[in-house]
Amino acid sequence: MVLEKIFPSFMKNDKAGQILLMILAVVTLLVSVLNLLVPESSIFHVSTYTVTLLGKYLAYALLAVAVDLVWGYCGILSLGHGAFFALGGYAMGMYLMRQIGDRGVYGNADLPDFMVFLNWQELPWFWSGFDMFWFAMLMVVLVPGALAFAFGWFTFRSRVTGVYLSIMTQALTYALMLAFFRNEMGFGGNNGLTDFKELLGFNLQSDGMRIVMFVLSALALASGYMASRYIVNSKLGRVVVAVRDAEDRSRFIGYKVENYKLWIFVFSAMLAGVAGALYVPQVGIINPGEFSPLNSIELVIWVAIGGRGMLYGAVIGAFVVNFAKTYFTGVLPEVWLFALGALFVVVTLFLPKGLVGLYDQMKKNWRPA
Amino acid sequence: MYNIISNIKKNSAMLIFISLLMLMFRSPVINAGTIANDVFEASLQSLNVKSLSKKREAIKKFSALDDDRVLPVLTALSTASLYYKKSDKTIVYAQKKDDLYDIVNVVSGESYGQVAKRTIKKIRINNRIRRVLRAAIAGLSLGSKDADVRVSALNEIIKEIDDDSYALLLSRQKVETDSAALDLIKTGLSIYALDNGEKTERLTAIKYMADSLNPEVRKKLALLLVKENNTYLEEDAAIRAAAKKAIKNIENNVELFGLVETTFFGLSLGSVLVLSAIGLAITFGVMGVINMAHGELMMIGAYTTYVVQMLMPNHIDMSLFVAVPAAFVVAGLFGIAIERGVIRFLYGRPLETLLATFGISLILQQLVRSVFSPLNRSVETPSWMSGSLEINSVLSLTYNRLYIIVFALIVFAVLLMILKRTSLGLQVRAVSQNRPMAKAMGIRTEWVDSLTFGLGSGIAGVAGVALSQLTNVGPNLGQTYIIDSFMVVVFGGVGNLWGTLVAGLSLGVANKILEPWSGAVLAKILVLVFIILFIQKKPRGLFPQKGRSAEN
Repeated sequence: MVLEKIFPSFMKNDKAGQILLMILAVVTLLVSVLNLLVPESSIFHVSTYTVTLLGKYLAYALLAVAVDLVWGYCGILSLGHGAFFALGGYAMGMYLMRQIGDRGVYGNADLPDFMVFLNWQELPWFWSGFDMFWFAMLMVVLVPGALAFAFGWFTFRSRVTGVYLSIMTQALTYALMLAFFRNEMGFGGNNGLTDFKELLGFNLQSDGMRIVMFVLSALALASGYMASRYIVNSKLGRVVVAVRDAEDRSRFIGYKVENYKLWIFVFSAMLAGVAGALYVPQVGIINPGEFSPLNSIELVIWVAIGGRGMLYGAVIGAFVVNFAKTYFTGVLPEVWLFALGALFVVVTLFLPKGLVGLYDQMKKNWRPA
Repeated sequence: MYNIISNIKKNSAMLIFISLLMLMFRSPVINAGTIANDVFEASLQSLNVKSLSKKREAIKKFSALDDDRVLPVLTALSTASLYYKKSDKTIVYAQKKDDLYDIVNVVSGESYGQVAKRTIKKIRINNRIRRVLRAAIAGLSLGSKDADVRVSALNEIIKEIDDDSYALLLSRQKVETDSAALDLIKTGLSIYALDNGEKTERLTAIKYMADSLNPEVRKKLALLLVKENNTYLEEDAAIRAAAKKAIKNIENNVELFGLVETTFFGLSLGSVLVLSAIGLAITFGVMGVINMAHGELMMIGAYTTYVVQMLMPNHIDMSLFVAVPAAFVVAGLFGIAIERGVIRFLYGRPLETLLATFGISLILQQLVRSVFSPLNRSVETPSWMSGSLEINSVLSLTYNRLYIIVFALIVFAVLLMILKRTSLGLQVRAVSQNRPMAKAMGIRTEWVDSLTFGLGSGIAGVAGVALSQLTNVGPNLGQTYIIDSFMVVVFGGVGNLWGTLVAGLSLGVANKILEPWSGAVLAKILVLVFIILFIQKKPRGLFPQKGRSAEN
């Protein structure tokens, strides 16, 4: 097969993943071409709005992969992954704020608008360095990673597991949300960071840049997916699955359970941070609402609906739920929360393996034994 | 007539307070016979004399009349809104409206409509008369039968004490029976003594003042320590030292009462936490079910209160007594429906339960939005819950917070009784400790599960009734409390009601103690971070379960 030659060896057993990545590549290429080369009057033209929407979904899909990694493979139900996503987004947002320079409403070259508004005289120390792209990109992964490390180091060590862990992660993101809502924190308070102009000198609003962001998101999803697949296929990944299924037994065999959990948790947080960094320039705003516990729980349901513990299930779930959300909130906003709520109930009651599991089930029933 | 009078006063606090008095005197004009009326009318007319000294005499005579109409007249006179008609010398209240004057007959309260300025003339007074008037007004208020009126009059008087008011206070001291008023009189006398007395008198006055919390006293004492051009305005060093000591003492007292107040606020916040967490302590702690819809069950309780008030708009005072059982039943039924419909299929899968109940919480929120609109609904506070219990001038405890604390304790006690003293409680504990064994002993575990969940949900509904008195009732009511409630249960130790009580109250107090120096939001963040760290140290909370039931 051609596919076998394209993909590295660790993808060998992941047929669905191969198909998914191929579809991703084809769609990315097709959408870019249809947006850039086909004239707007043609029915085949893909509007820039759609491109940005798809780019947003891609960032969400990467986030879902990150959640699936900890929940599906390690059994840690994190209800605070939105926090890592938002932190990555804030790191990116800070860089973009610094790029505005003196083109803000107040025309202050040294301070972002909201600081001028608050009568601040100089840039707080934690903003320094964010005018450099490489530094900001480093922070996109380091800040969520460091938080995940600190949180995980304490939590896994004292063997806080299961529901307690979930509630703790929820408290974490809740505390961060409250903190970021404060103006004194220096992250724009309630309004967050917005009004971005350009990235590395390229206008964020231009069609070309939107395509670039879209393609970058697709690439990030593909590499994030393959990296995750590599990890779960490696020895580390196998131990992690063992920890999920029988934590005490793994510990008695001699594995340092908390270390395995910690590394997978930190890696997942970094992936989430990257997803946030891709999300912010496309949406054009980052505010403390991204930290809300509701967001974090919602992204867990993407994974649950797609099917957890498969990675590609998470991608499918993220796309399906977000497409439904965009559709319903546009057409029937009243119904959306009913639908989302019902999804939670139905999926947990009847689809323990999500849509992917449903498909497998149907295939099995179709084919006579 | 009284409306007019209350409109006349505009400026000083004295006048505002007197207009409050007017409202209290709202009894219909007493028709004490035509003779009394004639006397009133004659004395009233005598106010309108040219000679200022005769006018003073007339005021003194007039204020001695036993008539409810005296005080408004004197007040109007002192605020220059008492006029007479040029045509027949009838005395009227007048109030300027655009270019015309609204005039009202003083004796009968009959309105004459609007007239031009030239048809009426003001009854003139000078500063001496004003002083006489003030004393007369204060004296009249002090003679009121209502202790509250006397107290507020005294509060005004001690702001500015002269010889007249000193004499007034001295005479009142002998007859005053109300302790608060008596205290104010003594404060007033000591302020006078401090200003006008001999050294020994002043020192005793300062000694008395050291135990007072009246803001006037603090102002007076602080004045003794004011420096001007590097010399003290108060020459006597002994007095200054005494004043300094007194101020220190007062500040200590204020601080102490401040601490009491903070603790009280903390306890009331804590009891809200206890109320919202205690239902969770049942469903989560005893049954091991993570019910993310718990907050929405509280919301349902709050909306039940709203509906109950809609149904009995004329009995708001009684509505809460109906709302509490109603909310218990409504939320309890919702809980049982959730348990039968969803949760019972998910026992032993806590993470799935969490997600499914979260879905239910979204559905309930949207349900409320669709039925009651997304806007907040206002729930009325019964009259017996508004106002506050004033302990002294720096410490007053609002009744609604006080009742919430009491209510939380009652709910807690009742729940404890149910779990410890009833057969249902026995079965609940049996099932939670060893399900198969309980089943083998003939307990219908499914039935117990439903009832336990219903009980926990019902308690959530009752908590919602309490919350409806404190915050806005809206679709997001539950979300605000759900994380806090989980924190309380986890902090206190799962499966332990006492732990929940201690955790809730201590978190509430900690929050309020942190608040003054860190701000409300930061205090909350600090408490959250503290709990996250605490759980690392003691993963099973403050009071972990021991023995067999501790195993998961």
